[in-house]
Amino acid sequence: MIQAEHLVKRYGSNYALNDISFTIGDGEIVGLLGPNGAGKSTAMNILTGYLAPTSGRALVDGRDISEYPAEVKRMIGFLPEQPPVYPDMTVKEYLDFVYDLKGCTLPREAHLSEIMGVTRTQDVKNRLIGNLSKGYRQRVGIAEALVGDPKIIIFDEPTVGLDPKQILEVRNLMRTLAKKHTVILSTHILAEAQAVCERIIIINRGKIVADAKTDEMTRTIEGGYRLEVKILGPEKEVAAALGKISGVSAVESTGERDAGAYRFLIDSKAGADIRRDVFRLCAEKNYPIFGMSAAGTDLESVFIRLVDKSDAAARGAKA
Amino acid sequence: MLAIYKKELRTYFTSAIGYVFLVIFLAVGGAIFCLTTMYSMSASVTNFYTYMMLFSAVMLPILTMKSFSEERKIRTEQLLLTSPVSLTGMVLGKFLAAFTMFAGALVVCSLYFLFLTPYAAIKFSLLFCNLIALLLVGMTFIAIGMFVSSLTENQLAAAVGTMAILLVLLAVGLLNQLIGAYWLRFLIGSISIFTRFQTFTNGYFDLASLFYYLSVCAVFLYLTVRVYDRRRHNG
Repeated sequence: MIQAEHLVKRYGSNYALNDISFTIGDGEIVGLLGPNGAGKSTAMNILTGYLAPTSGRALVDGRDISEYPAEVKRMIGFLPEQPPVYPDMTVKEYLDFVYDLKGCTLPREAHLSEIMGVTRTQDVKNRLIGNLSKGYRQRVGIAEALVGDPKIIIFDEPTVGLDPKQILEVRNLMRTLAKKHTVILSTHILAEAQAVCERIIIINRGKIVADAKTDEMTRTIEGGYRLEVKILGPEKEVAAALGKISGVSAVESTGERDAGAYRFLIDSKAGADIRRDVFRLCAEKNYPIFGMSAAGTDLESVFIRLVDKSDAAARGAKA
Repeated sequence: MLAIYKKELRTYFTSAIGYVFLVIFLAVGGAIFCLTTMYSMSASVTNFYTYMMLFSAVMLPILTMKSFSEERKIRTEQLLLTSPVSLTGMVLGKFLAAFTMFAGALVVCSLYFLFLTPYAAIKFSLLFCNLIALLLVGMTFIAIGMFVSSLTENQLAAAVGTMAILLVLLAVGLLNQLIGAYWLRFLIGSISIFTRFQTFTNGYFDLASLFYYLSVCAVFLYLTVRVYDRRRHNG
């Protein structure tokens, strides 16, 4: 459905995208993940024809975007980072305009009211967009992307600025959409990609650092284990004692949290469960434990590890 | 293109800008009409249109200032540029909407002359020629204004910049008469918006001038499209 072939986007001597290639199949729901400034938005802007790549090409349904802009754009619904809404229009007027703009042929009233139902904007349809809250504006933006029932839906950070309840609603909406459409979304929130996407592409500094199914990506790091413990006691001595526990590979103190209590990140070797040992050690030495939680069986650590690795590689290449 | 045209026209009237433009244009147009005809005891059509042309150089930048800069500022251009509408369609839609506003206002102003028919013989052929001339000049001004608006996010900068360009263009035509060297005067005269306008106001329907205005207009609309095409590659 979507093929990106060696996309490069260069600004002066800066590479926003540096040779990115991927293929996204029909009906997939893919998350583009990366820290801010990694090139996610640039990649999306190229796929939607808003920007032209410096080199490489993007194909949608086998057609090059720069050669068939109108046909390709008709297949894509796009929600940019900032919802492209006109503050002086009402929601209904805006969607009517988008309907005309995209040259839709579906029955107008039925189609628009279906979209307003799905995005829950029905009750504000006669209000000026300029008077709506950020959450509603975002939903109007989502509604805009859905007008014309495009085959491909591209969302650039769709949950930014929403409250937790709205975030859940939007995620559910995306899962529903994924049943009938190909969906690409970008986010820097890992839990979101994990919750919604079947496949995750991690981008850092304009390059793809990982591209795998969501569960595979989680599994790759399940070998290692990271524990986060908050302990009341002298920082150095506690760290030294923790380091001696068998199975521990590294201990790192992240500083004082409450009065006299420190937060330690303890990495352990694969297969070793050190929680009991930590408890016993602290009980023996009379260091009260204020809290203990697992800090690294999720995507977050894969992500941070991968990003750190690619940052280090970039530094190494420069040196 | 039609969608953008309709949206632009509606935006003129949902924001105050359309009303402000119409009210000021019609009011000042009325004042100019009184001064050039009733107060000066004449049924001159030419004077009225000449002053209206100078006045348009001040008013049209207000009409065109937000056309592209606003879209860029509030990021709605991303919607337009990722929709199936071509760049040319987008630029033409906006251009035609602004032109509709201007043409409407000007035609209404031209109707003022009907009030004089009981008292003087109005040369309607001359009036018609003047009207067409001013519509052509207006088209050119709008195209220039659109081009400037596509260069900046700042509406005020777009308006002031356009006004400055238009006034310089007009001043060149006005001051041209003071130049001694004939060949230079002829050269500037043939590319000056003002001098071309005068041939019309004297009642000649000048085909060369018609093509001149249409070409200048097309060049600036094309440049606007190029601005967007270039930004797609560089920005």
